[in-house]
Amino acid sequence: MTDAAAPVSSGVGLSELVRRAKGSPLAIIGGAILLFWTFCAVFAPWVAPFPPNSVDPAKIANPFPSAEHWLGVDYLGRDIASRLIWGARTVMTVAPVAVLAAAAIGILFGLLAGYRGGVIDALIMRVGDTLLAFPKIILYLIIIAKFGASTLNIILVIAFTSAPIIARIVRGVTLDVRHRDYVSAARMRGESALYVMLVEILPNARGPLLVDLFLRLGYTIIAIGVLGFLGVGLPPPDPDWGSMIKEAYGMIFIWPHMTLIPAVAISSLIVGCNLLATGMREAMRDV
Amino acid sequence: MLRYATKQLINMLLTLFAVSFLVFILNEWAPGDVASKLLGPYATQDQVDKLNEAMGLNRSVLIRYFEYMGNALTGDLGQSLVYRQPVADVLADRLGATLKLAMISFAVIVPLSVVLGVLAGMRESSLADRAISLFSYVTASIPEFAMAVFLIAIFVVGLGALPGTSPMRADSGWPIWSQYVMPVMVVTFYDAGYLISMIRSSMVDVMRQPYIRTAALKGMSFTQVVGKHALRNALITPFTVIMLQLNYLVSGLVVVETIFAYPGFGRLMLEAALAKDIAVVEAGALIAVAVTMLTQLFGDLGYMRLDPRIRV
Repeated sequence: MTDAAAPVSSGVGLSELVRRAKGSPLAIIGGAILLFWTFCAVFAPWVAPFPPNSVDPAKIANPFPSAEHWLGVDYLGRDIASRLIWGARTVMTVAPVAVLAAAAIGILFGLLAGYRGGVIDALIMRVGDTLLAFPKIILYLIIIAKFGASTLNIILVIAFTSAPIIARIVRGVTLDVRHRDYVSAARMRGESALYVMLVEILPNARGPLLVDLFLRLGYTIIAIGVLGFLGVGLPPPDPDWGSMIKEAYGMIFIWPHMTLIPAVAISSLIVGCNLLATGMREAMRDV
Repeated sequence: MLRYATKQLINMLLTLFAVSFLVFILNEWAPGDVASKLLGPYATQDQVDKLNEAMGLNRSVLIRYFEYMGNALTGDLGQSLVYRQPVADVLADRLGATLKLAMISFAVIVPLSVVLGVLAGMRESSLADRAISLFSYVTASIPEFAMAVFLIAIFVVGLGALPGTSPMRADSGWPIWSQYVMPVMVVTFYDAGYLISMIRSSMVDVMRQPYIRTAALKGMSFTQVVGKHALRNALITPFTVIMLQLNYLVSGLVVVETIFAYPGFGRLMLEAALAKDIAVVEAGALIAVAVTMLTQLFGDLGYMRLDPRIRV
């Protein structure tokens, strides 16, 4: 609750934020890791040395990293490096889409709550608090158990559980600026409420929002990984890092690389998101 | 304070009602679900209908909800489909096990985070600060299942020093105490990273205050300044966050309990959700939400006691 109001810094513009973040080693390392995985995701068909789902049992004789398979093969003889690269495509599609959906819902309700106030504000915040009262993982389990694990369901669940926090941030900024002169001026010009909210108010929240979106991207990647690991994630056979870890986990005593390599991959991506967010937040604070 | 607590308690009850209703509707949307599950795939429609009528499942959702809540208030949470036992009994066992794990983890995480957070925050940008901060960023970013995999590879596969599963049974070949080590270690790494950075940033803020400079200028030693002036103030803000970790430790341990086969509440919820053991899922969701709200309330109340500037 205390977080929501804190990061109001309407003074720093977006380009200024990017310029300052370039001076932060944390942001640079984080950004580089994110770029690397984005590159893998976008160019997966050209970068990956093997098809991700081609099974070759003969290769299990020596599954460890070699010149041909430089990260080894998994328990079905599938090339781990290729599965990682294609898995990056899965996670780098689902996670950003879920975060953007959460942002759309959160921004809409946050603006409404802050701008309209009164009953609407109380109602929106109440519903948000109720959603937040659920431990997330339990809410995922209830909904996925009821409606099944599909890509769409996972995106929806994550979007609706992340939206209340984004709504709080936007509401805090809205409350802060809604009586400023330029907002009143826009209203007196006869602009519609939608125009005032989106064009006059929302840009004030872009700094804190951007930081939060990268943090949330990290959490979302964790969530997708957790669901995959628990066996209620994205459906097989397309590679998903969480399910790769789960499938190979039973063989950790004989073939530890099959579990460790995807675990390193998912950890690196989340570390990247969090370093970038932290670096940007520090860049925003130090003037 | 009393008025604040009563108001929050009433708020809490309202939210609990909303949550229970939502979960109930979500789970009991389609009537007949429970009956066909009980009877198996080869039951005829006629048999399903008869059982539905016998169990009262053909009545409206609203009536059944109030009946359920009425029973719940007297401690009757229904029957578990999987265990064929009263839900209350199943939950009590598992919650007890989870509480034990949560308490041990809490007792490790809090002192560790306070020490490291204060050490990092008392000299901003020092070598110790940079090292501890980087450590906390990284550990807080590694999800529990990946952390578990790394630690198992080191301590179980590599060194063979610890058991890789924690079913809490004496006949598993490892003494009971040793079965706690791995789960507690995984939870500690993941959770402490977050707490350390919270405590550090609070400590950094306090060390920038004028009264700290005054104390130093009066000739107090650095240890005295930190111990007498900074520490208490630096721990006020993170107090609520520290309390909220209890909530994570009780209902967020699904992954850790599943990896280590620990017979706790989180694993029960996963199993119940997968087996569509609705009565357990409903009761478990209520408990999880109640725990969240109670820890929040205690966090707020404790915060008010600690910081005399905050009064309602």
